[in-house]
Amino acid sequence: MASTDTTPKTDDLAGLEAGLDALDTVQIRRTPVREVLVKKVFPPVVAVVLVLGVWQLLVSLKVTDEYKLPAPSAVWDSLTTMWLEGTLLDVLWTSVSRALFGFLLALVIGTPLGLIVSRVKFVRAAIGPILAGLQSLPSVAWVAPAVLWLGLNDSMMYAVILLGAVPSIANGLVAGVDQVPPLFLRAGQTLGATGLKGAWHIVMPAALPGYLAGLKQGWAFSWRSLMAAEIIASSPDLGLGLGQLLENGRNNIDMAGIFLAIILILIVGIAIDLLIFSPLERAVLRRRGLLAKG
Amino acid sequence: MATTATLAKAEDRAAVTHAARIEHVSKSFGGPAGGQLVLDDISLDVAPGEFVTLLGASGCGKSTLLNLVAGLDRPSAGSIETPGGRPALMFQEHALFPWLTAGKNIELALRLRGVPKAGRREEAERLLELVRLGGSYGKRVHELSGGMRQRVALARALAQDSDLLLMDEPFAALDAITRDVLHDELTRIWRETKLSVLFVTHNVREAVRLAERVVLLSSRPGRIAHEWTIDIPQPRRIEDSAVAELSLEITEHLRGEIRRHGQH
Ligand SMILES: Nc1ncnc2c1ncn2[C@@H]1O[C@H](COP(=O)(O)OP(=O)(O)O)[C@@H](O)[C@H]1O
Ligand SMILES: [Mg+2]
Repeated sequence: MASTDTTPKTDDLAGLEAGLDALDTVQIRRTPVREVLVKKVFPPVVAVVLVLGVWQLLVSLKVTDEYKLPAPSAVWDSLTTMWLEGTLLDVLWTSVSRALFGFLLALVIGTPLGLIVSRVKFVRAAIGPILAGLQSLPSVAWVAPAVLWLGLNDSMMYAVILLGAVPSIANGLVAGVDQVPPLFLRAGQTLGATGLKGAWHIVMPAALPGYLAGLKQGWAFSWRSLMAAEIIASSPDLGLGLGQLLENGRNNIDMAGIFLAIILILIVGIAIDLLIFSPLERAVLRRRGLLAKG
Repeated sequence: MATTATLAKAEDRAAVTHAARIEHVSKSFGGPAGGQLVLDDISLDVAPGEFVTLLGASGCGKSTLLNLVAGLDRPSAGSIETPGGRPALMFQEHALFPWLTAGKNIELALRLRGVPKAGRREEAERLLELVRLGGSYGKRVHELSGGMRQRVALARALAQDSDLLLMDEPFAALDAITRDVLHDELTRIWRETKLSVLFVTHNVREAVRLAERVVLLSSRPGRIAHEWTIDIPQPRRIEDSAVAELSLEITEHLRGEIRRHGQH
């Protein structure tokens, strides 16, 4: 029989438990700024400097004609000229505002579409595979029909963006919902989160990482689709965007201008991702302890 | 919670004779004809305030039975009553939602139960206090140790304010020292809250350490093989000689059950 002197006192238990908790708790450490600089900022800077160095070297060695490979300084001159003329920001803004507005439109359409595809079996069987397949269709393909249907105007640009980005966003959400661990659904069910409550409190938050990945890809597709549309469908009515800038460079055989346009397109694509989507994604993953510390 | 509601609830508890009544329940998976029979004619009552452990080898259908009682699945035959409403359920994995803090996990349970917003925070803090995690309201799930996660999961289950708590091997993944401490905690909380508990385990000593009644389930199909009522006073220690003695006896039965399967 258990004797009373072997039973633990409540205080002992609390103390023991506090000790166990202290020993076993994960210590979360924030990375110091210096480490971030050394590990995250330094490597890409080195890479860019290296590329510029190799580029300058090729130009100095005159491996090819100047009109085929302009010097970095010539591209820089094009940039400063545009800046001094005051057209640089206009051109950037024309393309960025189009892409962002198109992306928001894609978000508004792609999200409910993804929800319906993930929740309604018939819809999923009907259009799920098509939606997944559309992701691999280059959006350039849509430019020709869009021009014929809608004419040379902004609607045609938005149509091309939507056709490129909506499938990514919808598919991301579908993947996110599919990957919700069944344990969460069962736990939610026992707590009384069924039907719409379950969708709101359990499925949506659990699917958020997949959804964000879809948004990230959706942005990349928006930007690409817009550039394809701007390059192919140029018209004076359309306002000068980065794509047209590139196309103008080709028409004028201005390689420095072409290089500038390509670099700007690249930088904008990366910058939006780096400034908006990556921080969002990292914040969500960090809060859930899903970000590997390295 | 309002005191009157608590009183009304206590009266309800006195009025009914069982927290769960499982009557002639069978469950098979696969097609209606020729499926695999997992549970065969199980009848079991859990009295209000009683602590019952369901013991059996892996794969004998313990989780299946618990899911049926929880209402996550339907029996193929027979009936299950839980007069106190939807039972609370704790899993082997903590099943806490990683997008919420420890406190918010509990508040979600309160919200889904219909507790108004004003009282939730306070009630969540009280429940965390009950499992001795007073300072952990704002902690993220990944910042907690395994034992702490299961305590938050227990607090969240208690937040449902159900009469019946179902536990599916909730401590199986913990180390021995932590598990031992959680046994003490569970016993304390069970005695404080007067809950009915149906606790599933494959660990004989754990079953004897915790329960007032141990129910042994046979395998393939799962049937109730034997029952023991335990009157060793609580709180017990898993090392107590009385616990060890009874564990030995139950283990012999369990081994006998398992051996039967080797003979065919
Ligand atoms: N959804 C299911 N479909 C088919 N078979 C299942 C399902 N769930 C459980 N089983 C089977 O039922 C048996 C009992 O499973 P389970 O209840 O999980 O056992 P325990 O919890 O006792 O280890 C196992 O043989 C398992 O394969
Ligand atoms: Mg199980």
